Amino acid sequence: MAHEHKLAIFRGTLKFKSNIAKIWGVFVFLSIVTIIEVALGIIKPEFLTETRFLAMKLLNWVFIILTLVKAYYITWDFMHMRDEKSGLRRAVVWTGVFLICYLILILLIEGDYIFEVYKNNFIKFDF
Amino acid sequence: MDTTVAKTGTEGKTWGGGNRPLNASYGKLMMWFFIVSDALTFSGFIAAYGFSRFKFIDAWPIADEVFTHVPFLHGVPAPMYYVAFMTFILIFSSVTMVLAVDAGHKMQQRKVIWYMFFTIIGGAIFVGSQAWEWATFIKGDYGAVETKGGKILQFLDTDGNRVALAEFSEKLPTTRDIHVEQNGVWYEAEPTVTTYSYEEVKAGFLANENLLVRTQYYDDNGEPTVLTREESVAKILNDGKLVVEGANLRHNEYGHPLFADFFFFITGFHGFHVLTGVLINIIIFFNVVIGTYERRGSYEMVEKVGLYWHFVDLVWVFVFTFFYLV
Repeated sequence: MAHEHKLAIFRGTLKFKSNIAKIWGVFVFLSIVTIIEVALGIIKPEFLTETRFLAMKLLNWVFIILTLVKAYYITWDFMHMRDEKSGLRRAVVWTGVFLICYLILILLIEGDYIFEVYKNNFIKFDF
Repeated sequence: MDTTVAKTGTEGKTWGGGNRPLNASYGKLMMWFFIVSDALTFSGFIAAYGFSRFKFIDAWPIADEVFTHVPFLHGVPAPMYYVAFMTFILIFSSVTMVLAVDAGHKMQQRKVIWYMFFTIIGGAIFVGSQAWEWATFIKGDYGAVETKGGKILQFLDTDGNRVALAEFSEKLPTTRDIHVEQNGVWYEAEPTVTTYSYEEVKAGFLANENLLVRTQYYDDNGEPTVLTREESVAKILNDGKLVVEGANLRHNEYGHPLFADFFFFITGFHGFHVLTGVLINIIIFFNVVIGTYERRGSYEMVEKVGLYWHFVDLVWVFVFTFFYLV
């Protein structure tokens, strides 16, 4: 079981001396990201809730991107994806990414369409 | 036997057998298969949640107003803090799990035992917190009135503070016949009896001039619409139908019932994963204690259950974002 671990994160800018040091480093990073998320969720800064990008509040984009960052580090360092062969990495990640993006895209468009039907057409939910 | 087995000439080559595809053992690869399919299941649920939310985008409950409770802090509105705590517990139990895997690679039995133990404790705290969260959500806090169309009306005073039903409802003298099997169709059950009947809430509302009704629809500022006193009275008199306290699969005092449905289903399914994760962790824990993997010479089972445990953590990261933050 002589595993060798890749000990650098952030594209090699941060190198750890041992695997245990890397685990704690990733934990600190994940905690910081979570604290930022919670703080933003409580404060809800005006400039982030006012501005919209692609029909969604900027704040929600920040949340989703931070979530994906967290997901990356959990998979790569806690689930040891960083040490696996690139073939395994791609098989897992791309299968998920393609299917999930497709599903989300199609369901959200459909949901928005039904919302418009309720809002602008004769079917009303107003009692 | 040697003479009957045809040599293919591929021994030692990639497809000749004895090789490990993708350099991962059979068990680990199968765990990855399971994780990918389970990830697709969860994303199906979360995408369905997104669909329903987009369908009722102008009337979806705000999570900040729903999950405001922290144990032992009664009546102190503290949105997010408890879920944040739960998130930390789960991330931390992931850390102890990965430390257990690391100790396993180095064949340090005692360390694996301790780290597995902390992981199990973390998982148990998380499941317990989720049970508490469910109980609080089911119990509800302010109470509301549901209209004939299934929409929720909540009560505010003129300063914009929420008012609980108990604060203004009048106690009316009522007699209630309890439905028993011998008096009618046996399979017809009584509807749930709420603390206050609709008539009592209505009488109390009409008697208190400073009460207003808030609908679940958002106004232009993205806040739920507050009606004027005249509109509120008209709404209660014309449309009101029943009292809702707390949330269940049919009624939800916080807003759209689908919100409660998805909350119960997705966090329930995730909580079930955590529960099974804790159980599998306990099994592996005892295997480590009795030295099974020490004799086997490999702690790979710890690594495999670790993969599952991190996956549970990973799903929670997404559930946290889409239920509590976005």
